[in-house]
Parts: sequence; structure tokens; C-alpha cells
Amino acid sequence: MARQLLKGNIAFAEAAVRNGLVAYFGYPITPQSEALEHLSGRMVEEGRTFLQAESEVAAINMVYGAASSGVRVMTSTSGPGLALMAEGLSYIAGSEVPVVVVNMMRGGPGLGNIQPSQADYLFMTKTAGHGDFHPIVLAPSSVQEIVDMVGLAFKLAEKYRTLVIVAGDGAIGQMMESAELPSMQQVRRTRPDWAVTGARDREPNVITSLYLGAEKLEQANLRLQKKLTEIKANEVRYQLYQTEDADLLLVAYGTAGRICTSVVREARRAGLKVGLLRPQTLWPFPEARLAELAGQVSGILVVEMSAGQMLEDVQRAAQSHAPIRFYGRMGGVIPMVGEILEHLQALADAVIQ
Amino acid sequence: MRHIETVFSGFGGQGVLFAGQLLAYAGLAEELYVTWIPSYGPEMRGGTANCTVILSEEKIGAPVVRNPSAAVVMNSPSMEKYELLVRKGGLLVVNSSLVSRKSNRDEVQVLTIPASDIATELGNVRIANMVLLGAFVEATGIVALDTVKQQLNEHLSERQRKWLEPNYTALQRGSELALEPSTV
Repeated sequence: MARQLLKGNIAFAEAAVRNGLVAYFGYPITPQSEALEHLSGRMVEEGRTFLQAESEVAAINMVYGAASSGVRVMTSTSGPGLALMAEGLSYIAGSEVPVVVVNMMRGGPGLGNIQPSQADYLFMTKTAGHGDFHPIVLAPSSVQEIVDMVGLAFKLAEKYRTLVIVAGDGAIGQMMESAELPSMQQVRRTRPDWAVTGARDREPNVITSLYLGAEKLEQANLRLQKKLTEIKANEVRYQLYQTEDADLLLVAYGTAGRICTSVVREARRAGLKVGLLRPQTLWPFPEARLAELAGQVSGILVVEMSAGQMLEDVQRAAQSHAPIRFYGRMGGVIPMVGEILEHLQALADAVIQ
Repeated sequence: MRHIETVFSGFGGQGVLFAGQLLAYAGLAEELYVTWIPSYGPEMRGGTANCTVILSEEKIGAPVVRNPSAAVVMNSPSMEKYELLVRKGGLLVVNSSLVSRKSNRDEVQVLTIPASDIATELGNVRIANMVLLGAFVEATGIVALDTVKQQLNEHLSERQRKWLEPNYTALQRGSELALEPSTV
């Protein structure tokens, strides 16, 4: 496949089609509506299911139903839509069915605006719905990475029978960049043995998140927690950039993460030994690697397009090894390289003798 | 190192997003890293629209910049917004048909081109964007004008096909004007 110039929203939608997506249910919301537009044509062309539901609440429950039947299914939305889906996300987690959700974050709270933001971090990683669960949360920082992560999301969702959220933002969705799409994959014909497929010549399968007995529900929860522990042990992903000899560490993901690669280059030209840890999984968070790096560097600057949400995970993981500062922009404002550099320089002045 | 950070800015409908995309396609065709990112707020409809295009031999980090190395401004609001932001030693391409004021920047290369008038002469005011892109490509040398023409041929929509030749002419006129003393 040749590299093409692709808009993020269209790239992830087409990547899903090529990964054998069987059904898509969604409701349009900026900044990801191009994905629905693209899928409304492509899914029909391929003889698959595309349905624009009457709301996000309906869409996520359709996703839940399709996932229960063992087919590859997804939806995509942005913050306000994800909030509406929260009930369904919890049912999906409780029922242990594989689902992929793409969330192109926009400025909030409330209706906010349609500009890029990273203010859904805590919502996605900690409280995507009621009850004890975490989705796997993947954080792409380029059009190529969201293409790759859609494929990864399906694999992880099915491997662990879990909810996976691909957490982009308006900038990743709206920007065009060169990317290589995966080759066309056939739709999987077989269904997993746990799926509800009609129960002909076999005992019925039951997909539910309802366990009326307390002990039974506790058993279900223990099973879920065991799975989450396994995911934490196996699925942490991150990218390091120039951290080998770093005195200072930037921690940033997604759009803020890629901006920080420019910051690292400029800071190094100015003589500051800076490295970047860019988490690719927000849950599970790269705690162990961060703790090691916190022991190596003299100071850490966390950069987010929010008031400081991942910051809490960085503080927890780094413990008290190195002083941690934060720089963030909110409401859809993208932080510029120069602003971050100023904060980095201030940190350097404070911690480096 | 080939590297440029450009803003294309104008009214919605002047084709600033397409001009930027065409530059990005040309960059990709010449095997550069490229990013194209639009302002996609509600201001796009009828108000000002802009996009930032980065072409580089180096992998691109930040897709937006405070001080671009070049700006193509197609109307007065864009001139007010970007004239002072262009980096020292950079390039400012001005559509003088709609921007009456001269630029005061003397440490920036300024090209003053009556692009809308030229486009009207060529039969369609909407190809003013190509006049300015032609001038931009000639002045920066970031990609070959022929590459831009090839990519235009590949990416011009079916509906706009009849305007292919006038678009070529517009690109050509712009590139010639970039070299004329009256422009500079």
C-alpha cells in the first residue's frame, strides 16, 4: 500500500473497514462526523451494516447488542456523545463483550466547542461508567498512529473481551497527514463460542451484566479485576524520545505529545537535555517506566490540553523522585512550542544547578 | 534542509483550504513529510478560513505554529492577523486585489499580487488561490511547480474539471509574477 494524504477521521474509519468491521452504529458530532460520512458509503459498498441511530444512547446499545453476537463492531463520537454513552459502556464492561469506541475529544465542559481538547482523560481512564472497570485507552498522536491503533484496538478488545477507547482529539481528526492504510482483511466468518448466535444444537449462552446475588456479582467482579491486572501487566505502551541522557522529562500524549517532540528538538538546540515520554496507552498508564525516569531526571513537565488530568497519574507514578510541574491549555486551545519551552526553561532554572 | 511552515488564509470560498491541500499533496509527491490542518471552527462558513501546511524533510511534531515562515493572505482580515506573525526572513504573499494596504515589514519578503483581478481576467475569480500558490511555490522553491500541476490534475474534483487549464494558467501566471520587480 502506498502512502496517501489522509484526514484523521477518514483514515480511522477506513482502517476499521479494512480490519473487517462488520457493523457501525453512531450519531454525528463534530469533530469526527467525517468518519460517519465515510462509513455511510463504504460499509454499504462492502455489504456491511452502517446505522445512524437517533442518539448516542441508542447507538451504544446497538453496539452492545452486535458485540454480544460476536461480530466486530465499533462506534465513534466526541466528549458530549461519550457522556451519553456512559451507561452502555458500563453494561459492555460488565458483560465482557469486545467493543471499540473512538472518542475525538473536544473542548468542554458542557457543549463547550468543537476545537481539540484532552479534557476527557479522567472520564475515559477512571470513570467511563458506574462500577469497577477500566477500558483500555489508546492515545494516537498522528494519522498513521490512529490507523494502526484501530487495528490494535480490535485485537485487544477481542483478546480480553473488553472495551477499548481510542482517544484522539479534534486535531488528529481534522488534520491531513501521510499514512499507509492496512490491506483489506476478510470479515471473520466464525463467531466466538461465548457469543449469542441462536443456540441451535447447543446450550444457550447468556450475555448479561446482571447478577442478583451479591456473592455472584462479587465473583464476576473478581474475574473482571483479574483480567484488568493481566492487561496492566501486558499491554502498557509508550514511546520514548531522547530520554537516554535527559536531565528533564516531558510527559505528554496525543497532539500535545507530538508537539512536545518539537519542544525536545528546540530545547536541545538551546542546550537543554530534555526527553519525552509519550504514553500510547493512557490506561494502563506506563507507571513503571515513568517511575524509573523520575529517578533519572531532575524535573518533570507534564503538558496537556486540559487543566491537568494525566498529571494525577504522573504524580502518583513518579512519587516524590523529581519535582513535577504542569503546563496546560484548555477550551480547545493548542499549546504552542514557544509557550512550552518557556515553562521548560523555568523548570530547568529551578532544578538544574 | 527543505522545511516550511505556511498559513493560507482568506474568506471561506476563496479556496485557501484547497490551495493548502494541493501544496501538501505536492510535498507528499516529492517525498517530504507533510501536515495540513484547517481552522475548522464555525467561522469557516463565510467568515475567514485558514489552514497551516508544514512540509519538511524531518518528521513533523507540532502541526500548528505561532510564527509561520510564510503566509499567503487573500483578504484584509487575514493580512491583519498574519502580517506581523510571519517570522523574520520569511515570506508574505498578499492578494493586493482585496488588500489595499502595503505591508510595513521590511525584514520579510513581501510579494504583492493582484490575484483576484488576474483570476477574473482568466475567467474565474475563484482561481485567485492558484495565482497566489504559483507565486508562493516560485518564491520558496519548496516543491516544483510541475509537481503542483500534476497533483492538481489528480485531485481536482470531477465537478471542477473544466477549470483545469485555467488553473494551470493561474499557477503559471503567479509563478511568473513572483519574479517581476513590480511584485517584489
